[in-house]
Amino acid sequence: MLLSVESVEKSYRKGGLFSKEREHVLKNISFECKLGECLGIIGESGSGKSTLGRLLLGIEKPDRGSILFEGKKVEDRKVRTGNLSAVFQDYTSSINPFYTVEEAILEPLQMKRKAREEALSEIDHLLYQVGLDPSYRKKYPHELSGGEVQRVCIARAVSTEPKCILFDEAISSLDGSVQMQVLELLKNLRKRYDMGYIFITHDIQAAAYICDRIMVLRNGEIEEIVEVEQLKDVQSTYTKKLLQMIIA
Amino acid sequence: MKRLQNVWKDKVAVLSLSIITVTTVAGIFAPFVAPNDPEEVHMELRFASASWEYLLGNDHLGRCVLSRLIYGIRPSMLWVFVALLLSVSIGSIVGFLAGYFRGKTDAFLMRVCDVILSFPGYVMTLAIIGILGVGFESLIIAFVLMKWAWFARIIRSSVMQYAESDYVKFAKAIGASNMAIMIRHIVPVALPDIAVISSSSFGSMILQISGFSFLGLGIQAPEAEWGMMLNEARDVMFSRPEFMLAPGLTIVIVVSAINYLSDALQVALDPKLMTSKHKQQGLEAASAVKLEGKGVA
Ligand SMILES: Nc1ncnc2c1ncn2[C@@H]1O[C@H](COP(=O)(O)OP(=O)(O)OP(=O)(O)O)[C@@H](O)[C@H]1O
Ligand SMILES: [Mg+2]
Repeated sequence: MLLSVESVEKSYRKGGLFSKEREHVLKNISFECKLGECLGIIGESGSGKSTLGRLLLGIEKPDRGSILFEGKKVEDRKVRTGNLSAVFQDYTSSINPFYTVEEAILEPLQMKRKAREEALSEIDHLLYQVGLDPSYRKKYPHELSGGEVQRVCIARAVSTEPKCILFDEAISSLDGSVQMQVLELLKNLRKRYDMGYIFITHDIQAAAYICDRIMVLRNGEIEEIVEVEQLKDVQSTYTKKLLQMIIA
Repeated sequence: MKRLQNVWKDKVAVLSLSIITVTTVAGIFAPFVAPNDPEEVHMELRFASASWEYLLGNDHLGRCVLSRLIYGIRPSMLWVFVALLLSVSIGSIVGFLAGYFRGKTDAFLMRVCDVILSFPGYVMTLAIIGILGVGFESLIIAFVLMKWAWFARIIRSSVMQYAESDYVKFAKAIGASNMAIMIRHIVPVALPDIAVISSSSFGSMILQISGFSFLGLGIQAPEAEWGMMLNEARDVMFSRPEFMLAPGLTIVIVVSAINYLSDALQVALDPKLMTSKHKQQGLEAASAVKLEGKGVA
């Protein structure tokens, strides 16, 4: 089992530091994710998808419960290095504005203690994989379009050939045709590198296109987890309603 | 370092930098640079006009104005710079810790800052000078103690904004340590902000220190300081206005040079502004070519 999440709870303090009131964002979340699997997480805005994503990446700690990556606690950053990666939604801040594309991609490679020369030589290939040519190496993020930035972020995420990449609304801010290209790209990369994805989105169609299983989140609780093939005959009324909205 | 080279292309910045460098060097080597002893009294030369021996004339006690200006660089500029450096460093450390770690650390540090900032600045400075005794050192210490909280506040909010960005989240996700994230992602990005706020307050600090010297709380009598020189010239403001000119202009020139340099630094450090500037220069060059073309036609 690559990722196993067990009865995770998360709440945030409402109001000031001394206020006792807490907002329960995630309630009793338990699921597992196999090596090489693509798990989609869908849900309405505010259902806690991004929060769950941050917990899975070990950026924040859960209040209760445990998240294990290959049996070890994901909070330990040594466990994550080289094995886990991420692509986020906001392309205006996903690359350090002072970094060139090259420096940005170099960051995770150097974390893995690769020699600089070796890492530099890999960059051309990585850019090629995501459909960018080597002339992009010296560009700064503000000189790129949103789609190009997301491609660079994808190249940066796959650079260490991690076991799992988390996408938090990574394609939501792109327009239709570019979304399709990026989805296609992700599908191909997944085959090539044998990686697992956790794909957070509110777009069921995109999730259905790329994922093996889909988890529906509602108000911080897991409503249902279904195989994509069985998406037609889901159990819960909430999921049915979600699906109907798409079809309509 | 690559980016700093861009400063060289900006003429105003180069001029400002040279003014600041020359002033600093002159201040450090004041005994060698100054033509006369700044404290030597020549009652027969009171309010004398410029001469070859006393290039900027003599003040109300017949002392060499130029030498006093040069010796005045030390307290007016160099010590103010030391005070600024100290308060910005303390403020940065506190601001970085509070803005990056948030939560309890942030709450505690910001309450401390609130307490310090809730006292009116001048009154607290006076109180600290009262406790430590009148003198330039007390004034500098009082300044550092009062100013760091203000810097901490501003740096914190700037750091907070960068600490939430997705590239920091990514760095955390791939397992970078907090130290590495600070050094690689937060310090360089927050540096232009820090440079700008500290250089803009450098100017006002020079003026404030001069103000305290004016009140007799900073530098003591025979020693030279720009604010005090201005004060001494005030008595003859209407009969001999040129005596206000020397220290007044010096303050204005130095403060403006610092402000221009800080602007240039901000442009040089920020890749966004840098490239847009290059493009602008390119456009200007292009339009210049066009104009020339029209002239020929
Ligand atoms: N750092 C935080 N502090 C306080 N409350 C938070 C924090 N992060 C999230 N929340 C709260 O948790 C809830 C879920 O937020 P989250 O960002 O996980 O939603 P989401 O499912 O990703 O929504 P979207 O589809 O709009 O991105 C929200 O109500 C939000 O107010
Ligand atoms: Mg979200």
